[in-house]
Amino acid sequence: MKWPEPANRMNKSWLASVKKSPAVWPLAGLLLLGLINLIFSRNFFTVTELDGHYVGTLMDIFKNASIVLILGVGMTLVIATGGIDLSVGSVMAIVGATAAVMMKNGVNSLPSVIAVSIGLGALCGLVNGLLVSWARIQPIVATLILMVAGRGISQLISGGDQVLITNEHFNYLGNGFLGGIPLAPILATVLYLAVWIWLRRSATGLFIEAAGDNETASRFAGLATGRVKCLAYVVCGICAAMAGLLEVSYIRDADPLSTGQYKELDAIFAVVIGGTALSGGRFNLLGTYLGAILLQTLTVTMLYVGVSSAVAPMPKAVLIIAVCLMQSETTRRWLGRKFRRAAT
Amino acid sequence: MAAAENPAPPLLAMRSIGKKFPGVTALSGVDFSVRAGEIHSLLGENGAGKSTLIKVLTGVYTPDGGEVRLAGTPIAPASPRDAERLGISTVYQEVNLISSLSVAENIGLGRQPGKFGFLNWPALRRHARAALARLEIDLDVDTELGALPLAIQQMVAIARALDMQAKLLVLDEPTASLDEKEVAELFKIMRQLRTQGLGIVFVTHFLDQVYAITDRLTVLRNGERVGEYPTASLGRLELVSKMLGREVRDEEGHFVQGGKTTANSLTDESAAPVLEARQIGRRGAVHPLDLTLRKGEVTGLAGLLGSGRTETARLLFGIDRADSGEILVRGKPVKFSSPRAAIALGLAFCSEDRKVEGILPNLSVRENIIIALQAKQGAWRTLRRAEQDKLCAHYIQALRIKTSSAETPIKNLSGGNQQKALLARWLATQPELIIVDEPTRGIDIGAKAEIEQLIAKLRADGVAVLFISSEIEEVIRNSTRIAILRERHKVAELSGEEIDLHRLLHEMAGAGKPHE
Repeated sequence: MKWPEPANRMNKSWLASVKKSPAVWPLAGLLLLGLINLIFSRNFFTVTELDGHYVGTLMDIFKNASIVLILGVGMTLVIATGGIDLSVGSVMAIVGATAAVMMKNGVNSLPSVIAVSIGLGALCGLVNGLLVSWARIQPIVATLILMVAGRGISQLISGGDQVLITNEHFNYLGNGFLGGIPLAPILATVLYLAVWIWLRRSATGLFIEAAGDNETASRFAGLATGRVKCLAYVVCGICAAMAGLLEVSYIRDADPLSTGQYKELDAIFAVVIGGTALSGGRFNLLGTYLGAILLQTLTVTMLYVGVSSAVAPMPKAVLIIAVCLMQSETTRRWLGRKFRRAAT
Repeated sequence: MAAAENPAPPLLAMRSIGKKFPGVTALSGVDFSVRAGEIHSLLGENGAGKSTLIKVLTGVYTPDGGEVRLAGTPIAPASPRDAERLGISTVYQEVNLISSLSVAENIGLGRQPGKFGFLNWPALRRHARAALARLEIDLDVDTELGALPLAIQQMVAIARALDMQAKLLVLDEPTASLDEKEVAELFKIMRQLRTQGLGIVFVTHFLDQVYAITDRLTVLRNGERVGEYPTASLGRLELVSKMLGREVRDEEGHFVQGGKTTANSLTDESAAPVLEARQIGRRGAVHPLDLTLRKGEVTGLAGLLGSGRTETARLLFGIDRADSGEILVRGKPVKFSSPRAAIALGLAFCSEDRKVEGILPNLSVRENIIIALQAKQGAWRTLRRAEQDKLCAHYIQALRIKTSSAETPIKNLSGGNQQKALLARWLATQPELIIVDEPTRGIDIGAKAEIEQLIAKLRADGVAVLFISSEIEEVIRNSTRIAILRERHKVAELSGEEIDLHRLLHEMAGAGKPHE
């Protein structure tokens, strides 16, 4: 018996055309928040020059979003393969502690600190990748291992305590300015461009999407799906390392317990809001970029509107649920039916 | 009146059942009846409507038309649970039990005795023991199910199914993963249930088993009933011709000559073999067999459903690992550990399961076409976009793929066009050997003819083709040589003038074998 193929059913509805550009949702959210701020908060859009630096709420948003922006790159790739990486927050802590301990012990050469950190991040990613692709452990479980163990590892490295960072060259990474603009978001943006060019100019992006869209078919077409998946986790680990460096540099202090805490969730949210489906397949780096900015804007807006930081996760949760519902085929079909009924 | 001769109505009577899916008529006007105390086999090839009929019977689907009566009472099961309550129990091919629970828990699952959410353990065990006793199985009910052999698990599943006051037992390919001894055990239980007056519907691909145990059989084809026969009165050859829709011409069993073509005369023993398989086999998939695929030849692989056609192809392409024999590609022994290794040596495999093993649904037609070539080249030797577009434009035109553009997601294309795009994927790798498994299934006649032309062209270009199809005339039409599989054995190879429908059916059915 041949199965009916429901492929064409969605094509004509307006929802489908929205589906085609997943960046639309975070963009719409950003516009909405901008509107709210335009009405309710003064000076939201004001950027002033102070000591040759541009300052203002917008700049703060960009600066504070940098960490989630960077994590979002790797997370997008991992999610596109149909996986997830819960360990990025812990990897940030491991890397942050390592960098801080290195500098405390007199290794002040920035290139070696960065090289060791990135290598360490890549190694963490490789462990995750091998657990997923070679040992065939479910991604959520495989990366949970490092998420939990990573906190212990970072305590081990730092000796259980916070480690202050006094190397001002290093602290420039998280606090410096370039041409008057905070350095961190510039670094993040450059990373997006570089990864985007790499993925789209080589066939790597296609391989990741293929492996996430239909792993069996990809394997039958000759793709080394295991290697592709592994690569995504390695990139994710490297991104986590960069995010970790940025965070400890910004705070000038590496704390094995609080560095990168809950950051994996923010990164996953940014990816999901950005229109890369958790089921894998097509990814959208621009969407993730906008998603990360949207999350930060939301946090700041709530602060401005006077929502206490204790309740702030609530509206965040509502946003995420709304986006996930919009992405689910079942909800769309249900909504589509409602709209059609209302129209007739 | 007929009722005078046969006063008791059949246990199950399904009358003119119809079921349509968007674009497909799965069943039309099908009658099916089972008497109490008989084992009744339901037979048919792919697309015959067997599984749809079973699903209507067990409440998974609601029929569009017709009537179902159980012991004379009209019923309309709305769900499998509902059907179970009415007395229709089903055991599927895969054991649907929970391996980490005990036998007793599995048998009692979903209908635990007890009150207020507390289990009555002694009652649960008593229950399970009684259910097993009915099948004369001696088993500790506290054993964890997963620790038992598959055949015993299968029997626990039957015990669970019969635990309710079942009148009709549906066994959907219960023997697919069992070995001969286990099958014999299962048959013993089936015979016993038959004497207890149960009606049993037995779905299987193995004709030997049909003749070994069933009393009557019903043949379906293309969603219609071909007929209902006492098993003993129908020969294997007749049965197979009814399943495939090829009619016997006269008493002596001569057949209408089916579509011989020039392809049959193109057998060329001297052509260089691209791939030789020597005694290659895999336990549970296919018994060791030899196969030589030569340049410029189309080797057909014929056999009934479940005869091991696809399993053979999977061994050749490195999807499953062979546990015996060796493969030589262009004379050199090779060990494939993955399709990737096979592709690197110039092999290609167009799977029968377009959805699961073929398309990348959300990616574009272009990406679907270039993926195999790109994977063969590696990520760094990227095909430039202009090259990709040229390649796709070429294949879209050459294979007449109907798509609004090369950038359309492939899931929006019709089955036939998806199939052509998948063929394009493999042609783009310029293979020396292409395995096509059911390339024409579920696609329209125009596209079928085009795919057959394409295969002829590949042959003329010196490509070796392994052509797998359940449409026997298609195999005859396209092949220069035909290997025939029956029940996971290679039973014959015909080439050139030897190829004819009669011999093929004869071998596929194992017509030389005696039957009960």
